[in-house]
Amino acid sequence: MLRDRTAIVGIGQTRFGKGFAESEEELACQAIKMALDDAGIDPSEVDAISSYSLQTSEEEEIARDLGFNDLTFFSRTPAGGGGGCATVGHVAMAVALGQAKVAVAYRSRKRSGKASRMWAGTADRVTSPRQMWTSPFGHVRPSDDVAFLARRYMHDYGATREHFANIALAFRKHANRNPHAVMRDRPMTREEYMNARWISEPLCLFDCCLETDGALAVVVVSAERAKDCKGKPAYIHSFGQGISKGSSMMFGYRAPDPYYTQAHACAKVLWEGSDFKPGDVDVAQIYDAFSPEIIFSLEGFGFCKRGEGAAFTEGGRIEHGGALPLNTGGGGLSEAYVHGYNHILEGVKQIRGISTAQVPDVKCAFVSSSDGVPTGALLLRP
Amino acid sequence: MILPDTEQIDSAAFWAATREKKLVVQRCDACGTLRFPPHPYCSACRSAKVSWQEVSGRGKLWSFTVAHKPVLPAFESVAPFPVVVVELDGTPQLRMTGNVVSAPGAAINSVDPAKLKIGASMQVTFEKMSEDVTLPFWTLVQS
Repeated sequence: MLRDRTAIVGIGQTRFGKGFAESEEELACQAIKMALDDAGIDPSEVDAISSYSLQTSEEEEIARDLGFNDLTFFSRTPAGGGGGCATVGHVAMAVALGQAKVAVAYRSRKRSGKASRMWAGTADRVTSPRQMWTSPFGHVRPSDDVAFLARRYMHDYGATREHFANIALAFRKHANRNPHAVMRDRPMTREEYMNARWISEPLCLFDCCLETDGALAVVVVSAERAKDCKGKPAYIHSFGQGISKGSSMMFGYRAPDPYYTQAHACAKVLWEGSDFKPGDVDVAQIYDAFSPEIIFSLEGFGFCKRGEGAAFTEGGRIEHGGALPLNTGGGGLSEAYVHGYNHILEGVKQIRGISTAQVPDVKCAFVSSSDGVPTGALLLRP
Repeated sequence: MILPDTEQIDSAAFWAATREKKLVVQRCDACGTLRFPPHPYCSACRSAKVSWQEVSGRGKLWSFTVAHKPVLPAFESVAPFPVVVVELDGTPQLRMTGNVVSAPGAAINSVDPAKLKIGASMQVTFEKMSEDVTLPFWTLVQS
């Protein structure tokens, strides 16, 4: 088992914003170099790298740019926003098995330009066996995918926009405390949320993540090596990946049970390989490209039962100071949208005690990737 | 317009049927399980032997959204517009994404979203978009 055999010993992140001059490759190098400096490890020692799809920087280009050693492990995970935790899990497994000694995992994206919207390049003749059933009808955006399941969930379980608002408002509050967050200086009221323009009903502007330029990276070494590193290690306690049986991309609402999301498959190995249960988690960073994903993930990962996810957001439970604070840096909705990598770093910050919305005495931090696509999750501990 | 490529191996028969104003789904020859969207294998019995079965063209509104801008240029002139997911009657749990129109030939923003309720009865209608593409659209069945 992976259990605590490896640790994240370095983290690095660029600024988050729009219209950056640097290429994704350069941003990746910035973040990875910062992470290595944070760990106190020279780049010439790096012998493993992991990344995920929907970015333009290539692994060997970065390895050359930063003067890495020979690489003896590398992986790339599919499915965009579902891949973040897997990059950490993969290098952790490689290091634990001795396939490599010093690993970096990263994300670098420029998403602030209109041209970077994945769906904007939809061809006039759709050949994709998935998209041909949706694109001709104007259903092309991830927001539309989530909107279908969100509306059905509201119908089946009585959730309302108030629940989505609970999520958007909580994460905005967390972002308001975070100097790195894109929405740091923009507090939001419930009235502003309710009056926001629609994107894909029932999702409004504030139910949808930011579009951000930025890069983040982590350094992973063995638990033995971690003792010699500069900062406090965040031990990788458990890791899981998941593609749920019968699912298809982006909330397979064509599946027999559309609520049996990828988190369900991922949760099995995550919790089985762990000393913790969902109730033991002190703080959770849950992937939030869209606010309803929080509800689906809370249910899918076992924090509450099917149909209880909306009520879980009530009464400040998910806010700093509540029973299970979520997305304490502001998440994809209010900190930055770099396909969930800021969630991984925020999980590490909570372990180190340096979050701007710090939960006292964290023993177990949870991080997940997108529940709508093949996914992954991590449990970190001090 | 955004149109499907109607010559893809696994789905060509669907579009050949819509050209004949028929709605069809795949039926596994080995075990009879129906599936949509089309796939090369049956996930129940792993057979690659498949036929196509006509369905009634009736369904229930399973869910819907109303897409607001930003949308693709092809859809800008009709935004905001509803997009529906219809669960087919008689073929449980087969769901199709589509658009709802007030009458055959009407625009995809011709139905007021306030009229859409989950569970509403829907009926397919066919619209020729080009030589090889006839798309299925949906109308609300008036009760």
